[in-house]
Amino acid sequence: MLFDKPSPPNPADQGKIFGKPHPRIDGPKKVTGTAPYAYEYKLAEDNAVYGFLLGSSIAKGRIASIDASLAEKAPGVLLVLTHENAPKHKPENSRAAPQLQGPEIKQYEQAIAFVVAETFEEARAAARLIRVTYRTEDGAFVLADEKDKGKPTKTAPDTATGNFDKAFAEAEVKVDVTYTTPDQSQSMMEPHASMAVWEGGKLTVYTSHQVLHWAHAGIADTLGLDEDKVRVVSAYIGGGFGSKLEVYSDPILSSMAAIKLGRPVKTALTRPQIYNHTTHRPATIQHIQLGADRDGRLTAVGHRTWSGDQEGGEPETASEQTKLLYGGENRRVETRLTVLDLPKGGSMRAPGEAVGMLALECAMDELAEALGMDPVDLRIVNDVQYDPEKGPERPFSSRKFVECLKTGAETFGWSARKSKPGSVRDGDWLVGMGVASAFRKNIVQESGARVRLMPDGHLVIETQQTDIGTGSYTMLGMIGAEMLGLPLDAVDVRLGDTDFPKASGSGGSWGANSAGSGVYYACEALRKELARKAGFNAESVSFSDGRIISGGNAVALTDIVRTGAVEASDKAEFGDLTEKYAQASFGAHFAEVAVHAFTAEIRVRRMLSVCAAGRIFNPVTARSQCLGGMTMGIGAALMEECVVDPRYGYFVNHDLAEYQVPVHADIPDLDVIFLDELDDQSSPLRGKGVGELGICGVGASVANAVYNACGVRVRDYPVTLDKIIGRFDL
Amino acid sequence: MKSFTYERAETLEQAAGIVAANAEAKFIAGGTNLLDLMKLEIETPRHLVDINHLGLDRIEETEDGGLKIGALVRNTDLAADVRVRRDYAVLTRALVAGASGQLRNKATTAGNLLQRSRCPYFYDPSKPCNKRDPGSGCSALEGHSRTLAVVGTSDHCISQHPSDMAVALRALDARVNVMSARGGEKSLTLDEFYRLPGETPHIETVLQHGDLITGVTLPKPVKGVHFYRKVRDRASYAFALVSVAAVVDEDGREGRYAFGGIAPRPWTAGGEARAEGGASVIAARALDGARPTGENVFKLPLLERTLKAVLKDAAQTSGK
Repeated sequence: MLFDKPSPPNPADQGKIFGKPHPRIDGPKKVTGTAPYAYEYKLAEDNAVYGFLLGSSIAKGRIASIDASLAEKAPGVLLVLTHENAPKHKPENSRAAPQLQGPEIKQYEQAIAFVVAETFEEARAAARLIRVTYRTEDGAFVLADEKDKGKPTKTAPDTATGNFDKAFAEAEVKVDVTYTTPDQSQSMMEPHASMAVWEGGKLTVYTSHQVLHWAHAGIADTLGLDEDKVRVVSAYIGGGFGSKLEVYSDPILSSMAAIKLGRPVKTALTRPQIYNHTTHRPATIQHIQLGADRDGRLTAVGHRTWSGDQEGGEPETASEQTKLLYGGENRRVETRLTVLDLPKGGSMRAPGEAVGMLALECAMDELAEALGMDPVDLRIVNDVQYDPEKGPERPFSSRKFVECLKTGAETFGWSARKSKPGSVRDGDWLVGMGVASAFRKNIVQESGARVRLMPDGHLVIETQQTDIGTGSYTMLGMIGAEMLGLPLDAVDVRLGDTDFPKASGSGGSWGANSAGSGVYYACEALRKELARKAGFNAESVSFSDGRIISGGNAVALTDIVRTGAVEASDKAEFGDLTEKYAQASFGAHFAEVAVHAFTAEIRVRRMLSVCAAGRIFNPVTARSQCLGGMTMGIGAALMEECVVDPRYGYFVNHDLAEYQVPVHADIPDLDVIFLDELDDQSSPLRGKGVGELGICGVGASVANAVYNACGVRVRDYPVTLDKIIGRFDL
Repeated sequence: MKSFTYERAETLEQAAGIVAANAEAKFIAGGTNLLDLMKLEIETPRHLVDINHLGLDRIEETEDGGLKIGALVRNTDLAADVRVRRDYAVLTRALVAGASGQLRNKATTAGNLLQRSRCPYFYDPSKPCNKRDPGSGCSALEGHSRTLAVVGTSDHCISQHPSDMAVALRALDARVNVMSARGGEKSLTLDEFYRLPGETPHIETVLQHGDLITGVTLPKPVKGVHFYRKVRDRASYAFALVSVAAVVDEDGREGRYAFGGIAPRPWTAGGEARAEGGASVIAARALDGARPTGENVFKLPLLERTLKAVLKDAAQTSGK
């Protein structure tokens, strides 16, 4: 079904189950260890063997020689693949991930050999016996050195309205600042892992991937197999954060070996391999110029971002939110991409906004100070209810931004904040408060589902949609239950299998709204079919308590399906409403942070995020998403950084001891408030993206609070103690 | 991981004898560090001799009023021991500031002393590292060195010792008891026990192959206020950027101090735990001869300021 008009009232609006808080239905399986992840599938015949990847220890150059003879003779080894003996790939689509195709090295930790053995330990030990020599070439690894070679991109085209230069020159109050954000790693809990099974000319790949049709296309194309000969399963995923939007070596090499050996092959990346083998969020340099009149109204808005990626890669779109977040007639928003030979860049939770807001929202704080204005008021003054580049003819579909700021300020006790930095002291701790806006564009994707009412009266939902920890199982089950008038425990949700209808997958905060709409339309189709079988007019029926009701007549659903299950399929397709309306989720983050007067240690004390993201499908899982985003934002603000060693062209801190993310002790009292909002233009379910909203801007609220606490403005993330120690009075 | 054989020793003497006779043998206690390093082939023993279950897991009072801590006493048990908590609180505080509950349950007293470098290049077998691969060079000198040592280093290695426990032990003037592979017992101060890197950073202690740490002896308790102040980027589960172990006299004029995160071994001001004076004086003595990198030069003011915070807290605790 095509969604191209504002949604009329529909059965998903009833509010009996859908929209009510419900713990995740897959929770018991996860906490009892019975939810199988890619590496854990038990096959009927327990004959899986283990693959281990050997990665390149240079970033750029060629393999001069590779000698696997010792590895081949090592105990338990069944196969060693290198570029000298691997089958050739002829990829045609952009999702393909050819492996071991030649001696060229394009990035550190690129797969250069793959060892398969009876046990994991044997494969790992044998991999260390492979002797490799390289011819190393110079590469470009430092963004600051390369940025001037940056070029505009199609992904994030430059825009300009009014006369920015003139307006900025004439602005009464202005800030002109450059912020940097480092490379970051998604650091999800489950490593990338795959098990490939080759049986009867058909390949099944159990893997950990967020969007199955991308994995499906990528794996089949790389291996030169028809898609109908390849099945991909990702029923449970231990976090992705964008890292699992790409096909890496593990499914491809496992499949190559499984086809050759006729035995299932399973491969997991080790944690140290992940940082350089898989994608990361690229570092940015962001130049922000804001001009305002004395009342704080923006007259000039300028934002240029530089980032780097390998040849043919993509920019970190950190300027993009600046096109939409605040008003102002004179605007210039630009993105520059330069070539770097670091590991390939990619998506990490809220690509673009997550780091764009780290810079923009601190610049806004600097502007507020320059104006002598409260930073909450500054944001309110610059609210705009339409796309400020396009004008009032492109309104926002819904935008409760000001309400988020006001509710947050009131709830958090913002009025207690002292505008002069360093004014509040609690023992040896300097205490400050910070605010930042939250903004994440809303994306919808085509998504299908199949629903089947079984003879015993329970509903089966099948879709390729994945659950990366976000709550897809639960939300999709709630939609099915609401639509068919069933209790949630009568719904059996089956996800993450390419045998099911193609779905949006999980990424860009589009999963719940898109896949939910697919399930909604499939349920609509099923309701019609059940109405027809019950002899009712489909337009006038309702479903409640396991019955289909039309006027004064009701029929138990189990009576209709007694003689056989009834099935329906449909998919959600989205028209041009995202063009006609600017669509985004909004919020406001408030943070209280303490800085130790002596040691400069920085600790977050409490935090509140107020979010308006359309209908909240399940307040339990949505809240978890926001808390997770806030936690990740604390990491981005205070500790996360992939450190580039330009001598070797790699991220040197490649494990969880050295790449620090927040631990429990770093996370204090966090709270989330969702404002009531229904967005009729986004989908029949009236929701907007939630999964990434929590991270967008939150780190800036922390950095702003650090400034308010101690008076030191760090423009080079992360804000660590070495950057502020000795720069404020004891 | 290279394949290896394993045996459980029956007696201490037998354990030491087996290891002494086999250049590729090592003792294994908690394994929290060794096994990780074996998986990366940074350590490649071909034979492991298990010294758990040999009776080294007791904490006993000594005749002169101190404590003898068996080499195999788990970090968790040591931190929780009522005598340690009462008389050597700095040690308990240091222990619980380190690692995680799961690791402390497994990690042992001797193993903690012998834990190896956390330098990222040490952990990366494809990169030069004089500690891992003698003579290959030091990648950290001109590389990522933010967490590494600023004093006691050499042109061959700037790795810092990662232990918290050992810093507290240094402040307490603890001694390490070693059963020599060739017979006889030795009792060493921590400064005698640990070697500075010099030109041989791969040799970290004076232990000879086959020597077995049997325990650590604490002298009788000293009066004072106990502190372990550990500064790090996140609130838990990270190694110290800088740490201060202190037992400060009631009158605040003198104290015993040791410092972590800044040197290849637990460090002191001028080679003695006992020191007097203010934070600036003590820190300056501790950092005498420091050779920081651009990335870790912040540790110099950080050490002084951390010590200042400790002395301020000490004064408040003593009611001065």
